[in-house]
Amino acid sequence: MGKKEGSGRMALLEVNKLSKRFGGLLAVNDVSFQVNSGQIKAVIGPNGAGKTTLFNMISGTFPATSGSVVFREQELKGKKTFQVAERGMARTFQNIKMFSGMTALENVMVGRHVQSNAGFLSSMFRMPWVWKEERDIRDKAMEFLALLEIEEFANTDAGSLAFGQQRAVELARALALEPQLLLLDEPAAGLNIYETAEVGRLITKIRDLGITVLLVEHDMSLVMEISDEIVVLCFGEKIAEDSPQNIQQNPEVIKIYLGED
Amino acid sequence: MKKLLSVLPLLGVVIGIHLLTSATDTMYYLTQMTMSAYYSLLIIGLCVLMGYAGQISLGHAGFFAIGGYLSAALTTNNLTFHQDSTLLRILDGTGMLLSGHDMYGEVFLVVTPWAACIIAVATAALIAVIIGIPVLKLKGHYLAMATLGFGIIIYRVTLALEYFGEADGISEVPPFVLLPGLSVSGDFSARVQNYYIAWILLLLGMVLLLNLIDSRVGRALRGIHGSDEAADAMGVNTSRFKLQTFVLSAVFAAVAGVFLTHYNGGIGPSEANVMKSVRYVAIVAVGGMANLWGALLMGIILNFLSMRGVFGSYDDAVFGLILILIMLFAPNGILSINIRYRLRQLFSREKDGEEGGQR
Repeated sequence: MGKKEGSGRMALLEVNKLSKRFGGLLAVNDVSFQVNSGQIKAVIGPNGAGKTTLFNMISGTFPATSGSVVFREQELKGKKTFQVAERGMARTFQNIKMFSGMTALENVMVGRHVQSNAGFLSSMFRMPWVWKEERDIRDKAMEFLALLEIEEFANTDAGSLAFGQQRAVELARALALEPQLLLLDEPAAGLNIYETAEVGRLITKIRDLGITVLLVEHDMSLVMEISDEIVVLCFGEKIAEDSPQNIQQNPEVIKIYLGED
Repeated sequence: MKKLLSVLPLLGVVIGIHLLTSATDTMYYLTQMTMSAYYSLLIIGLCVLMGYAGQISLGHAGFFAIGGYLSAALTTNNLTFHQDSTLLRILDGTGMLLSGHDMYGEVFLVVTPWAACIIAVATAALIAVIIGIPVLKLKGHYLAMATLGFGIIIYRVTLALEYFGEADGISEVPPFVLLPGLSVSGDFSARVQNYYIAWILLLLGMVLLLNLIDSRVGRALRGIHGSDEAADAMGVNTSRFKLQTFVLSAVFAAVAGVFLTHYNGGIGPSEANVMKSVRYVAIVAVGGMANLWGALLMGIILNFLSMRGVFGSYDDAVFGLILILIMLFAPNGILSINIRYRLRQLFSREKDGEEGGQR
């Protein structure tokens, strides 16, 4: 696709010298990388490497100690999570956060929040345009359920679905934002190998729709299979950034993963 | 439209109760039904805050009292001595003042009920904003305690201020003339009229809230309840939505306070008592938290029984007991136990796979 050339210009997300200190612990230390439009980029590393901390800084959950995150050529400093979402970045959570007590469809309809406008008064008085908007929200949400191949569960309480199905609902919900960048926090966590393969297929399907994906993952086979590029973190520092083939042969990465002791 | 249709049967029930009491010569029940309707207006507002947005408030009697007391004081306390102040001139200029002679021939000057109602409700909304911004950052027990603190302050203020009649409260509050010939008052001859005013107001509130919960906003609120963090990640401005819901429920409480005060012709400090707030929370819990119909039903039944004196001197104790029993045995509300479950089972056996329809 030739997107490697001039990648500096096409960066959708730029992480610049990002650090996070929790008291005496430097959880993330001076990490920089870019995510280019249209790619699947993975961040891997052993437990405690700072992956989730990095993710939380990118999505605005908490501020970085130093460094910056630039998304769509805008610095995200000081932006709250909901504002980052409004700007076109959606995320999923490691321990799926379903809106339980709501159906799968309603969950995905919440995902249409930033794409719709009805407020308190217009909702209470059901202005004519709210009718239309509601219908659009519902139709779009159904489309995303269909995209993730779970439309049959539309009216099931999301909290009662199987784990893998919840994962798919969560993906549909994030996609409903029509984000430019999708952050996936360990999408295969808690899934068996079949479900993992399924999620991998869905993620590539999402990428093929033109949505850029940045994921944190433990499952090596999944990462190696679907990623275009991989960043390796260890004790808060970036130790490698390369294609899956090269990462697999990187001696330092091998040392971390296979262990030396 | 669907929501409008869903409250129509209830309107039928309302008319039915009127006809029934009229036929059995028990029209005095309508008085308690009217008062129950006003209290239920507060309760359905609180239901949206607690059940849907997941934010507890132990201070809603405070908002009720702000509405009731302000409206009572403004329409009752004579302003003659202050009539030269600029504020009063402005009010007078906009037609918000009412002057005349009382039964002893003394000149009096008061605010018109409509203006007083608007001022009272707007003040409650403003106070809700001021309280809500810092307090809604808290969660769970902390939020409960902070709102409890607010409720206590309002209670003590009503007891302490001479303007609010101290321990005696305010009496001889004039009727609230909504339209010529239609006024909120406890006048004997206006009992039926007031019964319908209260119930139409309640049904209107119900339609608005049913619309709200089945909308973009309602889904966002339920999302916040389910997972604050995930709602945030969906682009929901969670703190703003919580605040708006808090203000909305305060407005419902204040409107209830205004109307009930004019209906009763007065208000006393007991309306601001913290036990009242506990009672409202208990009723929302009995109704099933995230269940507007449950809150409405329980609001009517329990307030009606309470005001008929069924619980006697143990009135507050009964509500305390209800709260304990509900938390222990039916945390999802009294409607969730047995009957509903059994009914659902019965139906699902007959037409399999029909459940799970949209709510």
